[in-house]
Amino acid sequence: MANLHPNSGDPKVTYEYRRKKHAEEMRMQVVTFTMMIFFTVIAFAAVGAGFSKWFIVPFVLLLAVVQVIFQLYYFMHMSHKGHEAPQLFMYSGMLVAFLTILTFVTIIWW
Amino acid sequence: MSSIAHTQKRGFAGTVWDYLTTVDHKKIAILYLLAGGFFFIVGGIEAMMIRIQLAVPNNDFVSAGLFNEIITMHGTTMIFLAAMPLLFAFMNAVMPLQIGARDVAFPFINALGFWLFFFGGLFLNLSWFLGGAPDAGWTSYASLSLASEGHGIDFYALGLQISGFGTLMGGINFLVTIINMRAPGMTYMRMPLFTWTTFVASALILFAFPPLTVGLFMLIFDRMFGSGFFDVAMGGNTIIWEHFFWIFGHPEVYILVLPAFGIFSEIFPTFARKRLFGYSSMVFATVLIGFLGFMVWAHHMFTTGLGPIANAIFAVATMAIAVPTGIKIFNWIMTIWGGSIQFTVPMLYAVAFIPSFVMGGVTGVMQAAAPADYQFHDTYFIVAHFHYVIVGGIVLGLLGGAHFYWPLMFGTMLSEKLGKITFVLFLTGFHLTFFIQHFLGLMGMPRRVWTFLPGQGLEAGNLISSIGAAFMAVGIIIMLVNVVITQKKNIQVGRDPWKDGRTLEWSLPSPTPFYNFKQLPLVRGLDPFWIEKMEGKTEMTPAEPIGDIHMPNNSFVPFVISLGLFIAAFGAMYHADEGKGWAIPVLIIGMLVTFGAMLYRSIKDDHGYHIHKEDLLDDAGKGGTH
Repeated sequence: MANLHPNSGDPKVTYEYRRKKHAEEMRMQVVTFTMMIFFTVIAFAAVGAGFSKWFIVPFVLLLAVVQVIFQLYYFMHMSHKGHEAPQLFMYSGMLVAFLTILTFVTIIWW
Repeated sequence: MSSIAHTQKRGFAGTVWDYLTTVDHKKIAILYLLAGGFFFIVGGIEAMMIRIQLAVPNNDFVSAGLFNEIITMHGTTMIFLAAMPLLFAFMNAVMPLQIGARDVAFPFINALGFWLFFFGGLFLNLSWFLGGAPDAGWTSYASLSLASEGHGIDFYALGLQISGFGTLMGGINFLVTIINMRAPGMTYMRMPLFTWTTFVASALILFAFPPLTVGLFMLIFDRMFGSGFFDVAMGGNTIIWEHFFWIFGHPEVYILVLPAFGIFSEIFPTFARKRLFGYSSMVFATVLIGFLGFMVWAHHMFTTGLGPIANAIFAVATMAIAVPTGIKIFNWIMTIWGGSIQFTVPMLYAVAFIPSFVMGGVTGVMQAAAPADYQFHDTYFIVAHFHYVIVGGIVLGLLGGAHFYWPLMFGTMLSEKLGKITFVLFLTGFHLTFFIQHFLGLMGMPRRVWTFLPGQGLEAGNLISSIGAAFMAVGIIIMLVNVVITQKKNIQVGRDPWKDGRTLEWSLPSPTPFYNFKQLPLVRGLDPFWIEKMEGKTEMTPAEPIGDIHMPNNSFVPFVISLGLFIAAFGAMYHADEGKGWAIPVLIIGMLVTFGAMLYRSIKDDHGYHIHKEDLLDDAGKGGTH
C-alpha cells in the first residue's frame, strides 16, 4: 500500500483512481491556498488595526505556523504515505531547536 | 571478470592506494579501527602520564602547564578521536550486513567522513609539536579558553570542527542507509539491536553536532577574527559556550554509549543461546534515551547559577533517564537467565559490563540531585562517575565488540586465552583505578588538579589509582600482542565462527565478499539467520534471482577534499600572527584544493560499474572468493 499514492507510476493504480485523487488534491490545494492568502490579509490587518503588541506578535506567529503546516502537508505532499521518517526527523529537529531557543531566552542572563 | 579480478592480490603500495581510495564500508571500518586504535593508544599514554604525575604527592614528573595540556588532550582524544571512530568502525563493519545491504547509502560520503575525521584528529594532535596543545579542558569553557595563550585552543577548535564535519556526514549516511536499504522483510521491528542503536545514535549526531559546530565557529571567530560572542567586556556572554557545548555534549555521551549497548545486546543472545529478552522494550528504551538525552544537558551546569526552577527541571529529567536504562539492564539479565551460557571473551566483557555500568549509573543519579551536585561538582567523584560509565560502558563494549566482530572483519579469531588475560587485567585495573576516586572526591580532591600535598589523606588513594592504571595498560598491551599473533598466524575461521550467530552478518561467507550479498536475503523474523538454522538450512533464503550488481568506483577525491581543509586550517590559525604573511595564501590554497576537488566530483560523471551475473555465477561454489 505504501506506494499507492497518485505519483507512484504503479500500473495497479487505475486511471480512474488517479483522476479522483488528483481532483481531490487540487481542491485541497485551492482551499488551503485561499486560506493562506486570507491569513496573510488578517495578519496585515491585525498590525494595521493597532492592537497591543502582546496580542499581535503571538497571533501573527500562530498564523505563520499554520501556514507552514499547510505548505508542508498540502503543497509538499507530507500528508502522503511514505513520509513518516522525514516527519519524525523534522519534528525532532524542531523540538531540539525549540528547547535551545527556550533556554537562550530564559536561563541565560544578560 | 574484470570486476572480480579487481580485488586480486596486490603489492604493498597497491594495498595502501586501495585503502586511500576505498569506498567499501568494510575497508572504511578497518580504517576507522586503525585510526581510532592509534588515537586510543595516544590518549592512553596521556592517561598514564596523568596517573604517574598523581601517584605521589608533590610530584614534578610534568609541569603544571603541561599537565593541563595532557588532561585536555586525554579527554578530547578519547571522546572524539578514539571512542567515536572505534564505534564508527563497528557500525561500518556490521550495520550494513545486519540489515542485508550491499553498502551504505552514500559510499563516497562514507569515505569523506573518515578522511575528515582523520585529518581533523591529525591537526589536533600536531599541536604537541607546534607550540603547545590546548589546555582549557576537553570542555574548553570560554572564559578560560579565550584567555589561553598560544595556539592550543585554535588547534582544538579547528581540529574538532573538521573532524566534526566527518562525524556528521557519517551519522547522516547511517540514517539514510537504515531507513532506505533494509533487505526485503527487514522491518523496523526486526532490526537487530545494534542497528537500532546505530540508528538512534546517528539521529543524535544529526541533532547534537550542529550546536557544537556553531559553538566552535563562535570560539574560532572570538579567538582568530576578533568577535565577542563570549567576551563579557564586549557585551557577549561566556555562558553561551557552556550551553552550546553541553547541548552537544550530553547527547554525545549517549551517541557513545548507545552503540556499546547495541554491541552487548548482540553478544548476550549469541552466547546465552536465547533471543534477546524484551526486544520491543529494548527498542523503546533506546529511543526514549535518545529523546531524554536532549533534555538534560544543564545538569552539567547546576553550579553555574541557572536558578532553582531550571535546576529542578533538569534534575528530574536526568533522574528519568535511569528508567529506560534500568529497562535495558533488566532485559540483559533476563536474556542470560536460563540460557545455555558460554563464557567466551566477548561474553565475559558483557557480563562484567552490567555491574560496572550500573555503578556509574547510580553515581549519576546521585549527581542528578542538584543540591548534592554542589558538593560533588569538580571533584574526583565526577571523574570516577564518568569513567565508570565511559570505561565501564563504552570501552568494555569496544573491547568485547573487538573480540566478537574480529572474525567478521578479518576472518580470524583472537586468542581466547590471551583475551581472558586482557579481560582480567583490564577489569581489575579499571575498578582499582576509578573506584577509589569516588572517595578521593568525597574527601575533597578537586578535579584537574596538577598535584596534591602530603598529609591530607590523599596519598594511598592516588597510589592505588595509579597502580590500577598500570594494570589497564598491561591489559591493552597484551591485547595488541594478541592481535599481532592472530594476524601473523592468519588462520581463517570461515562462516559463522561463533557457531551461534543469529543475525544476517554471520550468514555471509568469510571473508565477506566485496559485494556482501550475492542475492539479497529474505528476512522472515527477528534473528533471521537463527530462524534459517533452526529449519536446518545453512544459508539465507534469497529474496531475488542472481542479477547484475551495481558497485561504486574507488575515489581519491575524499582524501583531497579533507586534505584541503587540513591545509586551510593552518592558514586560518596563523593569519593573525605577526610576520606570518604566508597564512592568508595558505588559507586560500587550502580552500581552493577543497572546492576544486568538490567541483571535480560534481563535473565528472562517475556511474560506477556492474558485476555481471555470469561472474557471480562463476564465483559460486568458491564461497564468494576474494
